[in-house]
Amino acid sequence: MIEARALVKRFGSVTAVDGVTLCAPDARITGLLGPNGAGKSTTLRMLYTVLAPDGGEAWIDGASVVREPIEARRRMGVLPHGAGLYPNLTARENILYFASLHGLPRGEARARARQLIGQLEMEEFADRAAKGFSQGQRLKTALARALIHRPRNVLLDEPTNGLDVMAVRTLRRLLRQLREQGHCILLSSHVMQEVTALCDAVIVIAHGRVIAMGAPDELRARAGAESLEEAFVRLIGLEGPESLS
Amino acid sequence: MNAIWRVFRKEFRENLRDRRSLIASLVIGPLLMPGLLAAALSIAIHHGGRESRHPVRLAVAHSRRAPNLLAFLRQFEVRLEPVKTSRAAARHWVRSRHEPLLYVPRDFGARLAAGRPASLRLYADESDRASQEVVGRVGRVIGLYGGAVARLRLMARGLDPLLLTPIVVHPIDISTPQSRSVLALGMLSYVILLTMLMGGLYVAIDATAGERERGSLEPLLTVPVEREQLVYGKMLAASAMMLLSLTLTVTAFALTLTHVGLDRLGMSVKFDAGVVATIVLYSLPLIPLGAALMTLVASFTRSYREAQTYVPLVLLIPTLPLMFASILGLRPSPALMAVPFLGQHFLIMSVLRGQPLPAVYAALSVGVSLLPGVALVWLAGRLYRREGLLG
Repeated sequence: MIEARALVKRFGSVTAVDGVTLCAPDARITGLLGPNGAGKSTTLRMLYTVLAPDGGEAWIDGASVVREPIEARRRMGVLPHGAGLYPNLTARENILYFASLHGLPRGEARARARQLIGQLEMEEFADRAAKGFSQGQRLKTALARALIHRPRNVLLDEPTNGLDVMAVRTLRRLLRQLREQGHCILLSSHVMQEVTALCDAVIVIAHGRVIAMGAPDELRARAGAESLEEAFVRLIGLEGPESLS
Repeated sequence: MNAIWRVFRKEFRENLRDRRSLIASLVIGPLLMPGLLAAALSIAIHHGGRESRHPVRLAVAHSRRAPNLLAFLRQFEVRLEPVKTSRAAARHWVRSRHEPLLYVPRDFGARLAAGRPASLRLYADESDRASQEVVGRVGRVIGLYGGAVARLRLMARGLDPLLLTPIVVHPIDISTPQSRSVLALGMLSYVILLTMLMGGLYVAIDATAGERERGSLEPLLTVPVEREQLVYGKMLAASAMMLLSLTLTVTAFALTLTHVGLDRLGMSVKFDAGVVATIVLYSLPLIPLGAALMTLVASFTRSYREAQTYVPLVLLIPTLPLMFASILGLRPSPALMAVPFLGQHFLIMSVLRGQPLPAVYAALSVGVSLLPGVALVWLAGRLYRREGLLG
């Protein structure tokens, strides 16, 4: 479970995140939805301890990201935006490197890597250097790398950006599997359809603040709108839907 | 501690797989530079005695007009090559052949016989070094010939020919192969230390600016490892590459210089495995300093390209004193030993010359190199805690 209370982050005079409070429960896929620059990535980066908050607190399964960041990192797997690989290592070596940094014993790491490579259908390119990987192959490798230590909580920043249909499908299937196994999944997206198709709960963020949260249907009802897209537009007070995708 | 080792292993392995980096750090520096320097030394050793002895070639137009002069020139190892060209075409001939031409005018013999100044025309492109040498030689020999003629004329008139030489200067060349190679030999320590630094350059940049540019830094920062340990591992990998590069360079020098002839260089010791090990050992304290310096500078740059520009530039600063040391002929002193890199230069030279420096000097050099090294390593660790690192 991921909880945040009144998170604040400033870059100079700009307040990127302005008191975000949220909760992403286990066995649920929670979506952070908002236009570009709304503060989704900054919120996630504080949650996965790469940025330190200027105010507020957050916990990953009870471990504070501020006071015990190492413990918090143990409990989550992270797919940052545009996650890069090491071009001279193979996909498998990229995954095993992270396994070793997570302190997994070698035998266990190898077995787990083999399992993930099968699950994500990566056999074909698993032992090739990552230099010439396609977008989809890169994403799969980065995902396997994020999941190698069987984290209870999974954070993904714009995971479907730039992916083709097949890769998006694989990703969705995997995330649903993780949900069924009881994992807590928190992902950010600025694409409406993405969130509707995948998430059990939606947290709408704009201008660094949480504007609304709830199941897609609840949000629709609350905004009195036909579709989630319309609800979203009304909630964040945008002029038109074209700024969403 | 384990994490440092894991990061090190991965960075080192990845670097070994990168052909561009391998060529840069293990081929160009350690193998090419010693070869070049050995060639330069070889030239310095053999060049000195060569000039006066080896024959020069000189093209002569109308050689029949000055048979005695030309016979005299031949005695001084000037090989004459009669050519046919008119005075008008002489300039063109020299320009197209790139060699000097001596033109003997029609009235040369007549004026000489009459005791009036007889002129010769020596055409040459003086911007060409080889031509300069020929012109100098030929000019001196003709001057000698003129002097002899003048003395004969005085004697014929009953005067003492010594009147013509009020002053005599005897230049005595005492240069030895050893002194001629001093400058080139001073370059040796410079090349060794710079190549050592260059060996770690690629890893240092790749592990910081490169990692950020590829977008693999952010995922790396989400593993349950202190950030300092990550950067320590990276610096350790750079250090290992530096050590590899250093050992290779010194070994390559041992092989090439032994081939050139060590005694002529003023090295009284055999450049054997023991000497190689000693030089490596003396240079070792600089490795943390170099690795941390490169990592720090590369961490401050915004991109890989920028790092490639700035890091080598920064490396010039600590190695610059070495250039001056050999040009100015600096001698080791406690104050100079306390300058990192300069101290190592003196230590390396002392090993090669077989003239050991006081142990205090060595200890001083090791201390002043290790101390800032440790401080910079610590600083690089602190820097990795900054958020600005993500760029």
